[in-house]
Amino acid sequence: MSNVDYDIIIIGGGPGGYVAAIRASQLGMSVALVEDKHLGGICLNWGCIPTKALLRASEIRHMLDNLDEFGFTVSNIKMDINNITSRSRKVASQLSSGISHLLKKNKVKVFEGFGSLAKDSSNMKKIIIKTKDNIINKTSNNVILATGARSRNLPFVSSDGVNIWDYKTAMTPPKLPSSIVIVGSGAIGMEFASFYNDLGVDVTILESLPSILPNEDNDISNIVKINFEKRGIKIKTNTSLKSVKNNKNSITAEISTNDKIEIINSEKLILAVGIIANTEKLGLENFNIKIDRGHVVTNEFLETDEKNIYAIGDLTKGPWLAHKASHEGILCVEKIAGYKNLEPIDKTSIPGCTYCRPQVASIGMTELQAKSNNLNIKIGKFPFIGNGKAIALGDSEGLIKTIFNKDTGELIGAHMVGPEVTELIQGFSIAKKLETTEYELMHTIFPHPTLSEGIHESVLDAYNKAIHY
Amino acid sequence: MSVDILMPALSPTMEEGTLSKWLVKEGDKVEPGDLIAEIETDKATMEVEAIDDGIIGKILVSEGQESIKVNSPIAVLLSEGEKLSDNKSSNEVKKEIKSELQNINENILQINGVKDDAQISKNISDISNKPDPKLNKKERIFASPLAKRIAKQRDIPLSSILGSGPQGRILKIDVDNFDNKKSDNTSLDSLEINNFEIVKNSAMRKTIAERLVKSKNEAPHFYLSLDCNIDELLKIRKTLNSKSNDEYKISVNDMIIKASSTTLLKVPKANASWENENTKYYNTTDISVAVAIEGGLITPIVKNVQSKGLLEISMDMKTLANKAKDGKLQPEEYIGGSFSISNLGMYGIKEFSAVINPPQGCILAVGSGEKRPIVINNEISIATIMTVTLSCDHRVVDGAVGAEFLSEFKNLIENPSLMLL
Repeated sequence: MSNVDYDIIIIGGGPGGYVAAIRASQLGMSVALVEDKHLGGICLNWGCIPTKALLRASEIRHMLDNLDEFGFTVSNIKMDINNITSRSRKVASQLSSGISHLLKKNKVKVFEGFGSLAKDSSNMKKIIIKTKDNIINKTSNNVILATGARSRNLPFVSSDGVNIWDYKTAMTPPKLPSSIVIVGSGAIGMEFASFYNDLGVDVTILESLPSILPNEDNDISNIVKINFEKRGIKIKTNTSLKSVKNNKNSITAEISTNDKIEIINSEKLILAVGIIANTEKLGLENFNIKIDRGHVVTNEFLETDEKNIYAIGDLTKGPWLAHKASHEGILCVEKIAGYKNLEPIDKTSIPGCTYCRPQVASIGMTELQAKSNNLNIKIGKFPFIGNGKAIALGDSEGLIKTIFNKDTGELIGAHMVGPEVTELIQGFSIAKKLETTEYELMHTIFPHPTLSEGIHESVLDAYNKAIHY
Repeated sequence: MSVDILMPALSPTMEEGTLSKWLVKEGDKVEPGDLIAEIETDKATMEVEAIDDGIIGKILVSEGQESIKVNSPIAVLLSEGEKLSDNKSSNEVKKEIKSELQNINENILQINGVKDDAQISKNISDISNKPDPKLNKKERIFASPLAKRIAKQRDIPLSSILGSGPQGRILKIDVDNFDNKKSDNTSLDSLEINNFEIVKNSAMRKTIAERLVKSKNEAPHFYLSLDCNIDELLKIRKTLNSKSNDEYKISVNDMIIKASSTTLLKVPKANASWENENTKYYNTTDISVAVAIEGGLITPIVKNVQSKGLLEISMDMKTLANKAKDGKLQPEEYIGGSFSISNLGMYGIKEFSAVINPPQGCILAVGSGEKRPIVINNEISIATIMTVTLSCDHRVVDGAVGAEFLSEFKNLIENPSLMLL
C-alpha cells in the first residue's frame, strides 16, 4: 500500500463522478477523476441542462403565441432555431467550465482520457488512462465506476444524425423539420415532443405500452395526453416500430398498433427508447464484477462483488436520474470513509421530473403500484383550476394527486402535472424523508397565493377536508 | 384571580407523581379542607386538600396520568363568578408560578398533617427550589411522526426502540424491525408467547430501583456476619408476654430494634452517614425497619429508640407496619432514620446480606432463630442461634467499627438484661 497514488480514482465525470470526487476531497482523501469527453457528463452537456434551455425557448414561443390573453399585441415575431440551439450550447459549456473550476478548487486531479481497470498483483487498484497522446498508469485503494449510459438503438434502426436522430442531434438540429416521429414517450421523448410542437413541428409519438409516460400515474398521464392531443400532437399507444426506411430527405416508418400495420411518413425520426450502460472497455471482465441486464450489480452501498470497486449512477440499476447518481456518489464515498449508520437509498423516495409542457413530477408509488402491493390507501386530488395563483399565471391546467396509507397516514406517493410542478415536488421529497404523516402536512401553513397551496389542498382532499375544491 | 393548583411535593424524594384519582370535577365548588385529588407518590397514595375556596375551573391532567412533575399545574381554581381567562399564555402562567412557587406551596396546598412538621416543610421547599435534575436528564425521544404513529398503533413504547436515523432518530424502519424481531422470536419459540406478563412499574418500584442502584453504585459495601445465641432472649420475651393479658406482644424484632439502638449508643461511629465533604453522626437512634408491602417495601422509622422502652417500641412498630400496609404512612414516618434493620427470619432465611438504605451507613440483616448444635466447653450442645449480617458503607464505617458493633450487639442479644442498663 505504500506507493499507492490515490485513495480513490473515479472513472467518469458526470453528476455521479464529479460529485463523488468533491465529497471524497472534502473528507480528506486524495482523488483523481478520469473523464474522456466532458466534465459534467451527459446530464450537463447533452441532457438535463441543455434541454431545459431549449424548453425555455419553446415555452417563450408558447407565451408569445398567447400574448393577446395578457393584453399585448406583438407582430412580426421571428425565430431562428440556430440561435435557440446555440444558447442551449452556451448554457452547457458555462456549466461545464464551472465543474472544472469546482474540481480544481477541491484539489481533485483530473485526467482527460479513457480510464479502465487492469489486473494488479498487489491489493491496489490499477487504472490505465488512455489520453490523446499517451498511456498513464495510476494506482488507488478504491475505484468508483461512474461511466454512465448512452441512448439505445433498436436492432433494425440506429441513429445516423441525418434523418434518424438520437438526443444529441435532436438538441442541435441544423434546421427545423416540418415533421418528426418520436419513438418512446419517457421523459426524453415527451420533452422533445413538447419542444418541437411548440416550435410548430408536426409531432407523432409512438409508445409500445398502453399509455404515454408509462412510469407515471394514470391520472397524470391522461392529463398530459389530453393536453398534447389538443395541441395537435398525434399519440399512438400500444404501437411499436416495425421498420424504418431512410429516404433521402425523409423516413418511412412501418408501425404496428395492436397488430394493425400502418405506414407513416415523416421528415425526421427521434429514437428515445431508453439507455444502455457504458460497461464496455472498462476491463470489468477481468474482475469479479457482475452485470445484470446490461447494468453493473452492486450492494446497497454501491460496492460491486469485487472489494473496493464501486459503481454508481446510470451504470447501475435504475432509476437513471442525475440526482440519484449524485446521491449514490456521496453515499459510496462516505462508506469508503468508514461512516457508520449510513442509510441505503430508498428508491421509493427518488423524485422524477419531466419538463414538457405541462410539467410532470412525481415521487413514490402510483395508485396502481400501491394497489398491486395490497396497500390500504386514501387518495387526494386537487386540480390547479382551483388555485388562484395558477389562474393568475394563465396556467391552470393540471392536478396534484396524493396517496396515503390509510392505516398509518404514511405518504406513499405524490403525482403532479401542471405549472412548475418540478419545483413543487421537493416539498413531498422532504415530507417523505422526514416521514411526515397527513397530520403534519395538513397542519403546515402554505403561503397564499402560491401554487404550493395545491399540495395542501390535495392532502386535505385525501381526508375529505379540501377547502377550495 | 384564578390560581393554579400545582402538583405537590409530598416527600423530599418525590420528583414526579401519578394523579390516581380526581375527587372533584370541573365546576365543583371547593372549600378549604375539601379533598380534591388522590396522588400516588413514590412511596404511598395521598390525598390533596384545597386551601382556598373557589370553583374548579379546569382540570389540566387526566386521571391516571403518570410522571407529573412536582409543581406543574394540575388544575385551575377560579374565584366565584370568574371565567377562565384566555389572555394568559401558559408560558406566562408557568413563569408566574415559578416565581411564586414557595408562596403557592405554602398557601394553596396542604397535605394531611405534614404541614406542621418543620423538617418536612423545609425539605419540600428545598426540593421545590432546586432545579429539577431529572428534568434535564429525561431526554426527548426523537422519532419521525410516522414512526411515532405506527409505534403507538402497535403499542410499542418509543423508549424500547433503537433509532437508526440521524442522532438516533427513530424511523419507520426501526419500528418495523422491532416488530419483526418480536414476531421472529415468538415464532422461534411459540411456547414463550404468553409466558410472561408486562406489569407497569409503580412509582414505588421505580424509587426502590433508583435508591438501591444508587446505594450499590456509590456505597462500597462490606459484610460482617456473626451467630447469636438467643435462648436467653427468648426466655425473657416469653416472661414479658406472659404478663401482657393480651394487651401487647413483644416480638424478637422489637428486641433487636432495642438492642441495635443500645449498640449504636455504645458504638456511635456506626450511627453515621457519608455526605461527601462531611460525615454526619446522629445523636439519636432512629431505626428504619424494612416492611414488605404490596408491590414493594418501605422502611418506617421507630424514632428516638434510645429513649423508648420495649413496649413503646412494640406499639410504634405495630402502628407503623399497619399504616405501611395500608399505604397511609406520612412522609416523616419513612424519610430519615439513622440505621436500618431487615429481618427475614420469619421466612426461615438462615442468613443474608442487605443493601444499605442510603444515606445511612449500616443495615443489619437478621436471619431466623433456629436450633443448631454448638460447641460449649468442648461439648456439643443445642442452642437457638440467629445469624446476623451487618452491611457497612466503607466510606463511613471501617471493618473494625463494624466488628465492634456486631460483637457489642451479640453481647446484648445474648445477655438481654444488659439492655436495661
